[in-house]
Formats: sequence, structure tokens, C-alpha cells
Amino acid sequence: MMEWETVIGCEIHTQLATKSKIFSGAATAYGAEPNTQACAVDLGLPGVLPVLNKEAVRMALMFGLAVNAEIGKRSVFARKNYFYPDLPKGYQISQFELPIVGKGELSIELEDGQTKVVGITRAHLEEDAGKSLHEDFHGMTGIDLNRAGTPLLEIVSDPDMRSGKEASAYMRKIHALVTYLGICDGNLQEGSFRCDVNVSVRPKGQAEFGTRAEIKNLNSFRFVEKAVEYEVARQIAIIESGGKVIQETRLFDADKGETRSMRSKEEANDYRYFPDPDLLPVIVEDALIEQLRQGLPELPDAKKARFIEAFGLPAYDAAFLTGSRAMADYFEQVVESANCEAKMAANWVMGELSAALNRAELGIEQSPIGASQLAGLIARIADNTISGKIAKEVFEAMWSGEGDADQVIEKKGLKQITDSGAIEAIVDEVLANNAQQVENYRNAEPDKRGKMIGFFVGQIMKASQGKANPGQVNQLLKSKLDN
Amino acid sequence: MALNKDDVQNIAHLARLAIDEADIPAYAQNLSNILALVEQMSAVDTSGVAPMAHPLEMAQRLREDVVSEENLREHFQQHAPAVENGLYLVPKVIE
Repeated sequence: MMEWETVIGCEIHTQLATKSKIFSGAATAYGAEPNTQACAVDLGLPGVLPVLNKEAVRMALMFGLAVNAEIGKRSVFARKNYFYPDLPKGYQISQFELPIVGKGELSIELEDGQTKVVGITRAHLEEDAGKSLHEDFHGMTGIDLNRAGTPLLEIVSDPDMRSGKEASAYMRKIHALVTYLGICDGNLQEGSFRCDVNVSVRPKGQAEFGTRAEIKNLNSFRFVEKAVEYEVARQIAIIESGGKVIQETRLFDADKGETRSMRSKEEANDYRYFPDPDLLPVIVEDALIEQLRQGLPELPDAKKARFIEAFGLPAYDAAFLTGSRAMADYFEQVVESANCEAKMAANWVMGELSAALNRAELGIEQSPIGASQLAGLIARIADNTISGKIAKEVFEAMWSGEGDADQVIEKKGLKQITDSGAIEAIVDEVLANNAQQVENYRNAEPDKRGKMIGFFVGQIMKASQGKANPGQVNQLLKSKLDN
Repeated sequence: MALNKDDVQNIAHLARLAIDEADIPAYAQNLSNILALVEQMSAVDTSGVAPMAHPLEMAQRLREDVVSEENLREHFQQHAPAVENGLYLVPKVIE
């Protein structure tokens, strides 16, 4: 049996979070009525001139600095020529030979905890196209050009990934990076962040690459993994049955979990790039680069290291909590306002909260329980007002909007019983009602007693509806039973 | 480098130009003449000369990121042959 190696490179299109378009003053806001944000420049009307958006340039440079890339101090816009109705000019303004961001690198974390460095080939600025709506308009296609001219940073990786998992780890890392930088809103559903993957296979040990297929427009981390898995199996099956993989563009069908060929007659792409005469070369001054470098926020790797260092968190927790900037900010706010052990806050954010968010398919930005509310709950565990078990009940109530932790504890009477007189009364009652078990306990070997005491703890917690302080219960029980 | 009939047809297709079969030899000749002219320039030693991106020795000016365009959809759509629900309608592009 031949052993195969998978080779993957990614092209990620990130929409830059500017207010206006890359070459015009039309708005970029998502979800507007069709064609209400498409001006003469975006429509490609004759006589218009593109003027480059300063913010798009700054954002591209910030990305370049974040991946330690060579900065293109002189970059050039070029026309990529092709015909499609959602591209009214007949060409897309992009960058070809001289991109604004050159060679860089990014480290990703693998499942076994190892890190791997993935090369960034380049990143270039370009304009997005409009949208074609193929529903039935009397056999015609509807065109919405609101998206036309939205700034994109296309980030191209080296063919360094070797599995679908690595490809999705890379995509997640780029996603974290651009959202940390605040240069992209990272909204996968709205298409702000889309990934094309180039997949090929080769016999293990062979130096040259196999023929690749490009899977376009994957807008979910999971889809990247699934699409690669399917595509690898498809290509191996073709080769092992004596066929040849053809170089083509394919689409991933998420419902069926398979990729299929996008075009029946594949024409060799011939984009006839040439420098756009409407735009002059973009010159980036060193002072601007320095200014942007100084202003870079704390990036995921640095934040992760700090969470390990300053909070004493395990590497796994730190990686999870720094997975997105929103998650990291939420966690830090919880620690700060609860004034509790960081590990305790981490457990709640990664445990109850994340589980509830996953069930409700919400991002942490949409959490019905805010960071200060969760901190309020954790503070009540830390100060012994409630036990960890009761806290889960309070959490559920908070999740369904019944108020903050103190209100829920008050309303439901969940406050932990710490009054030793009250606890003693319950303990005495339980012991009196279970005379046989008390006798068994006293007759048992000391090393068996530890297990047997659990029975009494259970009964007491039940009798107190979970509210007796477990530490005090244990102490009282021991002193009463052992005498 | 001389262009043949297939080259001419491919160039015309990429530019979405409909050309008469009868005109192809003339186009092939004219286009080949242009290439011949360019070929003459290959005689010049350009090593060490950066490719020109623009004839003006100037840098691109940048605009502030400000929304300055208002919605002129009704105005623009007066020129469109077919619109519906605010969309421009074009011949169907996928089967």
C-alpha cells in the first residue's frame, strides 16, 4: 500500500473593516438594500477615477507587521482582467508583482501541542466583487454591487500544511490575528473571512508536488477540514485506480460533505495582469511603519504567554482563552471583577459558559451572561455564599434571564448554610434517623470509613437542599462519628 | 513572434469581441507587427532598470476613510436595461 502525503496551501480573503470602500467613498456596511452603497466608481461608469483608502493601506501594513513580513515599501496595483456580471469594470483592481506585504510567517498549534511555522507567501490589497443572485428573475440573474469595491486583504500561504486539521488551525490563527488587530470583523457567515484551499497529494518522500485542486469559498473552520479530507480521499482514489488528477476549481457542498467540479469547460486562467494606469505606485514611509508597529495590540501568542506567566494557567487553558480577542477580553474582565483565582474563572469560562454558548450557537460577544455578571457569580462561590454545585443552578437561572447572581440566590433562597448551629441540627437529625449506618460505621475498619462517610454527607446535603457548607459538614460529621 | 488564427480567436474571446472569420488574417498580421515592434526593444539592455509602473514619477495619494457617497440608486438604475427589487438584471450566468 502506497503511503500518501497531503500538501495544502491557503488563500484567505479578509474584508478589511474600513467604513468606506477601497477606491471610493461609498459605505461598506453589511446588509444594506441592494445597490444603495454602489457609487459611480463601484459601478465602473466611464470617467471615474479610483482613489486609494488610507485606512486599507494601514490595515494591510498592520497585518504585515504582525506576521513579521517584508513590507512592500513600493507596491503597485494591477488589473486582473476577466468578465463576470458582478465585476462591472471587466477587471478587478488587485496587486500582482509588487504586493504590499511580502514574505512572512505564522506559527500554528497542532493537536499534540507542538507548534509549526507556516510560511506566508504574500498578502495583497484588492477590491471585492459584487454578488450574483441566481434565484429566478424570469430566467435572468440579479446583481447587487454593494459589496463591489469592499477592501480585501488576500493572504496567501506557502504549501506548508499537511492535513485538514493543520489547514483549519492555520485558518483559525489568521482569523484570531486579524480580529485581534481589529482589521477584520471576522464574521464568517457574512463572508468577511473566506478561505480557498489548494490540495494535492504525493507519494510520501517525493519532492515534487502532485496536481492540485482548488476548493473555493470555504467559510467555516470545520468545512475546511471536511473539504480537505474528502478531497484527499478523492484524489488518492483517482491515482490508485490509474487515473490522473486534473487541475481545476471545486466547490464544497456542506450538506453532502463532498467537493464537486465548478466548471464543466475549464479554461486556463488568463488574467492578462498589467499595472493599473489609474493608480500610482503606493509608497510606504518608514515613519508610518514605525508608528504602526508601536501601535500594534497584544497579539495572540504574546497574550497566551502572558496568561501562562501572570495567571499561572495551563497552556491548554491559555490557548483556549486567547483563541479570540473577545474571549480573552471576557476572561480578563471576569478575573478582574471577581477578584478570584484565575484558574477558577478559566474553569467557568471554558466549562459552563462555553458549553452553554455552544448549545445556543452563540459567540461570546452575544453571551446573555456578561463578564461582570459571571464574575458576580464566581465571587459568591469564592466567598462561600454558595457551593460550586448550587452555582450551576444559579448559572442556569442567570442564563435564562432571571437576574444576576445575588438576585437569583436571594429569590431562590440558595444561600449556603454556614451557621454551625443550623448545620449541627441537620447533622444530628440525619445521624438519629440512620442509627444502623452509624453503628456500621463505628464498627468498620478505619480505612473503610472514608468511603462510608459519603453516605452521611449525601443525606445531609439532601436534607439541606444542597445548601449546607460541605467543608463544615465534613468536619462536624467526623467529630461526631469518630467519638 | 507571429500570431496564428487560434491566437487571434483566443484574444478576441478573452476581450469578448465578435470578429469576422474573414478578418482574422489581417488581425493576425497587424497584431504580429505590434509584437515585432516590441521585440525590437528587447535589443536594449534593461538589466538594472526597474519596470515602470506608471509614467508619472509620483506616489499614490491616499484619501481618508470617510463615507462621502450617498445613495443614488434610482439615478444610476435609469440607465440599466432591466432592474428588479433594486437589483440589476443580466442574462443568466449559470446553467
